[in-house]
Amino acid sequence: MLEVKDLHVSVEGNEILKGLSLTVTAGEVHAIMGPNGAGKSTLSAVIAGEDGYEVTSGSITFEGRDVLEMEIEERAQAGLLLGFQYPVEIPGVKNVYLLKAALNAQRVARGEGEIPAPEFMKLVKEKINFMKMDSSFLQRAVNEGFSGGEKKRNEILQMLVLQPKLAMLDEIDSGLDIDAMKVVAKGVNSLRDPKRGILIVTHYQRLLDHVEPDVVHVLVDGRIVKSGDKDLALELESRGYDWLVEESAA
Amino acid sequence: MATQEMEQLVRREYKQGFVTDIESDTVPPGLDENTIAFISQKKGEPEWMLEWRLDAYRQWLKMTSPSWAHLDYPPIDYQAISYYSAPKKPEDRPQSLDEVDPKLLETYEKLGIPLHERAALAGVAVDAVFDSVSVTTTFKEKLGEAGVIFCSISEAIRDYPELIKQYLGTVVPKGDNYFAALNSAVFTDGSFVFVPEGVTCPMELSTYFRINAANTGQFERTLIICEKQAQVSYLEGCTAPMRDENQLHAAVVELVALEDAYIKYSTVQNWYPGDEDGKGGIYNFVTKRGDCRGDRSRISWTQVETGSAITWKYPSCVLRGKDSVGEFYSVAVTNNRQQADTGTKMIHIGENTRSTIVSKGISAGRANQSYRGLVKIGPRARNARNYTQCDSLLIGDQCGAHTYPYQEIGNSSATVEHEATTSKIGEDQLFYCRSRGISEEDAVNMIVNGFCKDVFQELPMEFAVEAEALLNVTLEGAVG
Repeated sequence: MLEVKDLHVSVEGNEILKGLSLTVTAGEVHAIMGPNGAGKSTLSAVIAGEDGYEVTSGSITFEGRDVLEMEIEERAQAGLLLGFQYPVEIPGVKNVYLLKAALNAQRVARGEGEIPAPEFMKLVKEKINFMKMDSSFLQRAVNEGFSGGEKKRNEILQMLVLQPKLAMLDEIDSGLDIDAMKVVAKGVNSLRDPKRGILIVTHYQRLLDHVEPDVVHVLVDGRIVKSGDKDLALELESRGYDWLVEESAA
Repeated sequence: MATQEMEQLVRREYKQGFVTDIESDTVPPGLDENTIAFISQKKGEPEWMLEWRLDAYRQWLKMTSPSWAHLDYPPIDYQAISYYSAPKKPEDRPQSLDEVDPKLLETYEKLGIPLHERAALAGVAVDAVFDSVSVTTTFKEKLGEAGVIFCSISEAIRDYPELIKQYLGTVVPKGDNYFAALNSAVFTDGSFVFVPEGVTCPMELSTYFRINAANTGQFERTLIICEKQAQVSYLEGCTAPMRDENQLHAAVVELVALEDAYIKYSTVQNWYPGDEDGKGGIYNFVTKRGDCRGDRSRISWTQVETGSAITWKYPSCVLRGKDSVGEFYSVAVTNNRQQADTGTKMIHIGENTRSTIVSKGISAGRANQSYRGLVKIGPRARNARNYTQCDSLLIGDQCGAHTYPYQEIGNSSATVEHEATTSKIGEDQLFYCRSRGISEEDAVNMIVNGFCKDVFQELPMEFAVEAEALLNVTLEGAVG
């Protein structure tokens, strides 16, 4: 469903991604790992359409559509959804309001019409219970005063409600204690579906103990230098990244 | 918004106003004592009222237009303005909505204005069709039973001269400032409300009911009095864009709250702001002041200001009574070339007086906005408290926001807090919303409405919903 070909991306003139290629097929969970500064978060940011990244060459297609030609909201409406490492606070805007607006925008774009309010509340209640979140979350302003763990859970909650075709999770495990990690992992696992792709960007192995990836990629200096199955992640855990960094430099 | 068409429409109307032969009902442009005598006579006023006006006029002549505000506009030629014209005759107004600018109608549609109200707002001659007469009648009956007086200021001068003599000009004196003096000399319309002791007004009072009867005045004068333990909530203005042929507006509003009285005054101001270059917009110079005369009285101003080319407005509270409370909640939005210099004054005179100021300014396009607020604690205002929160939000990089807080503390037992923030609408907030599939425009609206939440929740329920819709329409095209 997602095809990234020879992608080159610069930020303020510095090339971050240097010919990255990646194919994600529906039903698969891919993990992108790598040392700090390798360009992991750049990849998901470019796919989502964040400003400040210049694609100098290469292509990104999603279900045959040229992603780079699409507006940010169009990408989301097409089913590409990014879970943020540092989700931003929006004072005064209720969490439940953002959720509903997002769901309806996506439904309307797909020609489905807005969701009836009772149906929406039922859906949200079910998901919020699943994520072990208090229903008071819905009435709080988006991410305002949320702890790190609460923010991450909230990102997963959005995924569960919005049901994207491709879920991208940027360092969703950072700053989580073990209990929160388990809840987040449970949420991610529940997203597993033969029709859905999942792309997890992470520095550490620990999330992958709970969410078993089908494919693991190692990103070093803007390129994928090695791909393998879940055992590659375990190998990285014991050996670190240095041997791959040296290999790729050689 | 298609300002061009709207401007054309406004102009066409404006022209009509002058093309008509000068009838006996209209006074030619210019201002002197004869003009004032003419107005007073037209309104059937008693002699003492004319003297009052002339005194104001003589004071005005010695004054100069204030120049301290952060506003830029050409000098106003007061001799070029016509100070009295009778309401337009039905045959001179558009005969049906088909003759009204479709863009204006589109805006009404977006704001969700009911069909039968659209015609009235667009200035269509609807008197014969409009069914508000019965509404107004039941409305008046209900108020009458409660002993509440609600009528035009002209009627009040004729029918309740003692109340007018007792209260008019006691909160905003004739010579208070340049525009207040001008208003005192030439005001032609406005509302009068009197709520007797112990009565809670049985419904929210709205100028809307009155505006349908006659056009709003260019120089409005409003006087609201709440006797001991009386309460009233008054709504001024309308969320729909109001067209008006008169460029200069200088209103005066006076509120008087006696012991334990509570007056809540809410405004939504949406006068024509001019085209993208600010041409043709309304100049709005308003003096609004509330006097908490009695102990434990409370006056609350809530305003949503989105219209006018120039806004000069500082709704204030004089906290005279012990334990009296003054509040000011404001959202001001400026887009394109709009300029606003607005804020409040909280004058603490009595002991244990409290005031709260929450001001939210939003600037987009090439607009400029200033918050100007004075908190004054008098020497006898022991334990007075003020809390001020003043936030500005910028959309784009060509607009400006300025904050001018003034504090004069004359009693060391006072507590005065001031918090201020200025932020650009966050690119990261926009990205976050859009990456969830929400369009850029909807995302801006969502963020801005969130920013204004503290103020909107002070508005009466129905008004709050309308205000949100209004904000969205005002900021259309502000981003991207």
